[in-house]
Amino acid sequence: MTRHSRRGLLGAGALLVTGALALTGCGGSGFEEPAGTGEAGELTSSDEAITLLIGTSGDAETDAVTEAVAAWSEESGIDAEVKVATDLPQELSQGFAAGDPPDLFYLAPEALAGYAGNGSLKAYGDQLENKDDFYPSLVENFTFEDEFYCAPKDFSTLGLVINKGLWDAAGLTDDDIPTTWEELSSVAQTLTTDGVVGLGYGWEWQRIGTFMAQAGGGLVEDGTAIASSQENVDALTYVQDQMTAGTFAYAQDVGAGWGGEAFGKGQTAMTIEGNWITGAMTNDFPDVEYVVAELPEGPAGKGTLQFTNCLGMAADSGNQEAALDLAEYLTSTEQQLAFSEAFGVMPSIQSAADQWTSDNPDLAAFLAGADYAQGIPTYDGTADVITDFNSELQGLKAGDPQQILDTVQSNLEAIVS
Amino acid sequence: MTATATAPRRARNTRSGIRRGEALAGWVFTLPVILILGVFLLIPVLMALWVSVSDWTGRGSPLSANVGFVGLQNYAAVTTGDGLATRDFGTALRNNTWYVILVVPLQTALSLFLALLVNGAILRGRGIFRTAFYFPSVTASVAITVLFLFLFSTSGVVNEILGAIGITGPNWFADPRGLLHILFGAVGITDGPAVLAEGDFLGLSWWNWLAGPSVAMTVFIIMAIFTTSGTFMLLFLAALQNISPEVQEAAMVDGANAWERFWRVTLPQLKPALFTVLTLGLVGCWQVFDQIYTGTRGQPAKTTLTPAYLSYDASFLDQDWGQGAAIAFILFAIIVVLTIFQRWALRDRPVSARRARQYQLAPRPATASPATVAANQVPSPPGPAQTPAADRGDDKEAKP
Repeated sequence: MTRHSRRGLLGAGALLVTGALALTGCGGSGFEEPAGTGEAGELTSSDEAITLLIGTSGDAETDAVTEAVAAWSEESGIDAEVKVATDLPQELSQGFAAGDPPDLFYLAPEALAGYAGNGSLKAYGDQLENKDDFYPSLVENFTFEDEFYCAPKDFSTLGLVINKGLWDAAGLTDDDIPTTWEELSSVAQTLTTDGVVGLGYGWEWQRIGTFMAQAGGGLVEDGTAIASSQENVDALTYVQDQMTAGTFAYAQDVGAGWGGEAFGKGQTAMTIEGNWITGAMTNDFPDVEYVVAELPEGPAGKGTLQFTNCLGMAADSGNQEAALDLAEYLTSTEQQLAFSEAFGVMPSIQSAADQWTSDNPDLAAFLAGADYAQGIPTYDGTADVITDFNSELQGLKAGDPQQILDTVQSNLEAIVS
Repeated sequence: MTATATAPRRARNTRSGIRRGEALAGWVFTLPVILILGVFLLIPVLMALWVSVSDWTGRGSPLSANVGFVGLQNYAAVTTGDGLATRDFGTALRNNTWYVILVVPLQTALSLFLALLVNGAILRGRGIFRTAFYFPSVTASVAITVLFLFLFSTSGVVNEILGAIGITGPNWFADPRGLLHILFGAVGITDGPAVLAEGDFLGLSWWNWLAGPSVAMTVFIIMAIFTTSGTFMLLFLAALQNISPEVQEAAMVDGANAWERFWRVTLPQLKPALFTVLTLGLVGCWQVFDQIYTGTRGQPAKTTLTPAYLSYDASFLDQDWGQGAAIAFILFAIIVVLTIFQRWALRDRPVSARRARQYQLAPRPATASPATVAANQVPSPPGPAQTPAADRGDDKEAKP
């Protein structure tokens, strides 16, 4: 019996050793030591083909990007491939862990810190020829520890989207479009009827944060967490009061998945959404007429939030020079306008703004938001803090704004320091 | 005894005769499985264990030279302090505990009930029912999750039906209120007593631990019971078919009614199957991931967050691979401990004094006929005085 188990152990031991050998054997090919660092500096160069990994919003985006990359490939003579990820963060993580990441990839600002922190990213922002053309707030959104990491590929801001039919039916005119919180609450009240809520939005900081911005608050300012400031408390208290009165509501509380759905179904007469809503309205609710206005001013003036992605570059990429060239190509004025036409995003560069505004006069309010928009803070762990904030906001109606914000403050302080 | 023990050993040592090479052949035959299990199971588990005590950040190989050993730091990050990581882990643990407490007993009871139903010889169309009950188990859990998302949406079928009988259904997947908190609220208790609200465990106050599963989580609980009871029904059914009808008949002759036959005769014989079902149920429930990933991703208000999903979230989305692996191993420890506990709880026990007394012969009534006396004597397990011997006898009876 003892003999038997000793043999068993021996067998297991042998297996372990073989396994370890096999793994270290793999080290020759699959698990190379990471070579580059996140520091700006020399780019690698070779004639290797490059890969662009995208998380697409739909066929329109996939086709447009594929076409653009093919055109670049033709021009530069370097083979390039577009891969569509079904779960971008997961596929990126796998690529980095295996030491074989895509050369360029879509990257969200909240994921920037994690990848920059472990050295997976190449900071190439300062080497972009069109560096100064990007909106400063976007550059800031992709700056981590004073380094501009990657080129913003496009962006969106939030605006006030109004259901034209319900607006007219309530006897309101263009002059009534709210420009202050007081006007917003009064039109919301006018628009609220049986089965329709005046203003609906998703139950998350990504929408309610606009009120905090308008009140002069936010999450982080000059490297300090300011979540529990009086401005933020005022903003949440305002939202809470309106929700208690029944003139504002969460889209989820009226049974929709997001603000656009509740708006399209006519459950809410106004919503706070970004320019992606145009696509959803065309596809799912073609009969609903709507207008887009800038969000009303709060006590501290205008405020909105912006959302963006950049073209991240892998530190382990074998052909960073080509990747940089492709990033410049994709963020050129011409390409930005082409993308905008294909799938409705806003160009991240200022030189395309005039053309865009004249092409999309109805959506000008979204682009106007670029001047005063706040982005998501780029500290490691921000995503978790915001997820936690959102889970608190979901109970805002019965909650205590000060208490909710105090929790956010302590969570933020832990990552900002 | 010694002579017989040494003789074969010497024979094995010299490795002569026709048995030579058998050991080698054995290894060769098992090698493919050992390799497959090793490469795809053992080594990944060991690597994950290493990651959980390292500062690997997700770039390059975790075995490379610049990954350092940090001891139990990752475990400490999710279990000590009052930071976000600890609170998230506490919340996930709370949610999953309620999930387990409700799903495991209910699915076991339901599957046993279904198995008894379709085992009955008198039921017509047994095959159809067996297939129907088993069907949810063979459907992909992602597909069922999507189906449930529709069924339990605000204006979904479930709420329509509830509406038809005059009940306003909740906004299922958007309702973070805990069931117990709702109950407490109904009797006017909205804040826990100070002693519950003050003290906390893993960053979560005791009052929040007592929230119960949220309305959203309840949907997943219903779904889990619905999808798994078919599989477990099959296990119980197999065990039921193994019980020989003679035992049932003997019990009938002894005058046991249907309930007694189930409780005293059938169920004890199902103990091995019961252990299997409970263990599989427990393991499956603690690992719930795909429903959460496809369905809610922890929303609303983190009440459907589970440790398995949190582990994924920490690793793939936050690049905290050490913490993610640490959560996975804490989960592993919880499952092992609970399984051992369950094994202990379901062990074969000597007949208790109370139970034994029931079998003892009553003082012979004057009017008793010899037949009733004989019937009374048939089930005569040993009395409490004989416990050591009784143990073994009882063991044999419990394991057919």
